Amino acid sequence: MSQLSVDHLLGIKYLTTEDIELIHKTADQFKEVINRPIKKVPSLRDITIANLFFENSTRTKLSFELAEKRLSADVINFSAAQSSVKKGETLIDTVNNILAMKVDIVVMRHPNPGAGVFLSKHVKARIVNAGDGAHEHPTQALLDSYSIREKLGSLEGKKVVIVGDILHSRVALSNIYCLKKLGAEVMVCGPATLIPRHIADLGVKVELNLKKALQWCDVANMLRVQNERMDISYFPSVREYVQQYGVTKEILDSLDKEIVIMHPGPINRGVEITSEVADSDQAIILNQVENGVAIRMAVLYLIASKIQHNDQ
Amino acid sequence: MSQKILLNAAQLDIILHRLACQLIENHGDFKNTALIGVQPRGVFLLKRLEKLLKEHYQIENLQTGLLDITFYRDDFRRGEEPLKANSTEINFIIENKDVVIVDDVLYTGRSIRAALTALQSFGRPKTIELLTLIDRRFSRHLPIQPDYNGRQVDAIGNQKVKVMWKENAGEDAVYLLKSEDQ
Repeated sequence: MSQLSVDHLLGIKYLTTEDIELIHKTADQFKEVINRPIKKVPSLRDITIANLFFENSTRTKLSFELAEKRLSADVINFSAAQSSVKKGETLIDTVNNILAMKVDIVVMRHPNPGAGVFLSKHVKARIVNAGDGAHEHPTQALLDSYSIREKLGSLEGKKVVIVGDILHSRVALSNIYCLKKLGAEVMVCGPATLIPRHIADLGVKVELNLKKALQWCDVANMLRVQNERMDISYFPSVREYVQQYGVTKEILDSLDKEIVIMHPGPINRGVEITSEVADSDQAIILNQVENGVAIRMAVLYLIASKIQHNDQ
Repeated sequence: MSQKILLNAAQLDIILHRLACQLIENHGDFKNTALIGVQPRGVFLLKRLEKLLKEHYQIENLQTGLLDITFYRDDFRRGEEPLKANSTEINFIIENKDVVIVDDVLYTGRSIRAALTALQSFGRPKTIELLTLIDRRFSRHLPIQPDYNGRQVDAIGNQKVKVMWKENAGEDAVYLLKSEDQ
C-alpha cells in the first residue's frame, strides 16, 4: 500500500495499522533527507500550508514549520494571540478567510477537543491536527512510536507505560491508540485523580505504583504535569507528586533491567524526571525531537499526495 | 501480451563488458568518479557493473551510491498511484566529482531530470554523465541523451521494455512487451 486511507490526519483513532506503517516507512526516507548536506526536497513546491495555532506551542510549531519548509511548501503562520479571534470571529470564518488565500493544508492546534474534526466537515482544505484540547495529538504519537521502533526494533509485544497526568493529556490518548495498533502492551500510571475513570476500556492496564510500573515496562513515556489545564488540585503538592511519581536515577538503578525513557517535552526538570535521568543515555528525548521533523514531513507528504493537481 | 526477446544473457554479458570498458576508457582509475544507481531498477545494473569493474577489471576504490528520486519527480499529485519512496544511500559528498548516473531504461527522460535535481542535494559535481542499458529513442520528452548506451530500441507507445536480472527475475534478459488489444 502506498496511500493513506484518510484525507485528513485528525487522530490516530481514524488510522489503520497500515497507515501508521506507511507513515513510519516514509519517515525513514525523510530522515535520510534531513541528514544530507542540503536538507530540502521540492515535493510540495506548489502546496500552501497554513499553521493555525489557537494555543501556545513552541516545539510542535517549529517542527511543523521546519517540515513544511524542507518539503518546499509555502507557509503562512497564524497565532490566535495576535488575531481577529480576539475580536470575536468564529473558527469557520477565520479559516475560510485564510482559505480564500488559496491554502491547501491547514495544520491546527486548538484548545477544544474535536476542533479538527469539526473543521474538516466545514472547509475544503485538508486538516492536520497538531493537538486538540485533551483529545488527540497524532503526530506526537507517530513520532513516539517511531522512536521506540528505532530504539527497540519493533513494537510487537513491547511494554510501554505512560506516566503522569493522563487525564489532561492528548499525548496519552494518541499514544494509547497508536501503540495498541502496532501491537504493544500499554499501561498508564499516575495519581488516581489524574487517571480517567474508564481508561481501562481502551485495553490498557492501570497501575498506581510507579516502581511496579517501571519494573513491568520496556519503555516509560513521562508526561508533563499540565498545571495550566488544572482548575482544581489533583494532588496535595508538587513535592508530594515528585516523591511518588518523579523518576530518579535511584529508581532506575533499582530495576533489574535498563528501560528507555521518553518525554514529549517541555520537561519540568526535577518534577516528572530529574535532570540526571533526562540527560542520561537511557533517555531518547532529543531523538524524539529529530524524528518529529521526519514524521511530520511524511504526514504532510502523504496527505498532499492525495490532493490531485487538477482539483487545486 | 506478446513478447519478443531483445537481448539474451550472452548478449547482455557482452554489453556489460563493453559498458565497463567504455567507463574505464573515460575514467581511468576512477579516483574522482562516483557511479550512482537510480532506485529502484537502476540499482541492479549498477551492482553488475560494480562487480565487473572490481573483479574482472581490478578497479579498486570504486565509489558507488543509490539515489531515490521519488521526492523530486514532476508527476507528484498527477498520477493515479502515489509514488512510493525507496532508500537513498550516498555516503560521500559529490562536490567536484565526475558522476555517472546509472539507470536501466531511458524513456521520457523525466526520471533523469529528477535525478539531476536530486543530485544537487549532495554537492556540485564537476561533471555528470548518463549510462543506460536500453535507450528508447523517439520517446523523449526532454533534451536528455545517454553518454554510454547498451542498446538502442525503437519502441512505440503501447510497447514496454522489460529488463530482467538473475537477482530479481531469475534470468538475464531484455524483452519487448506488446499488449494485444491495442
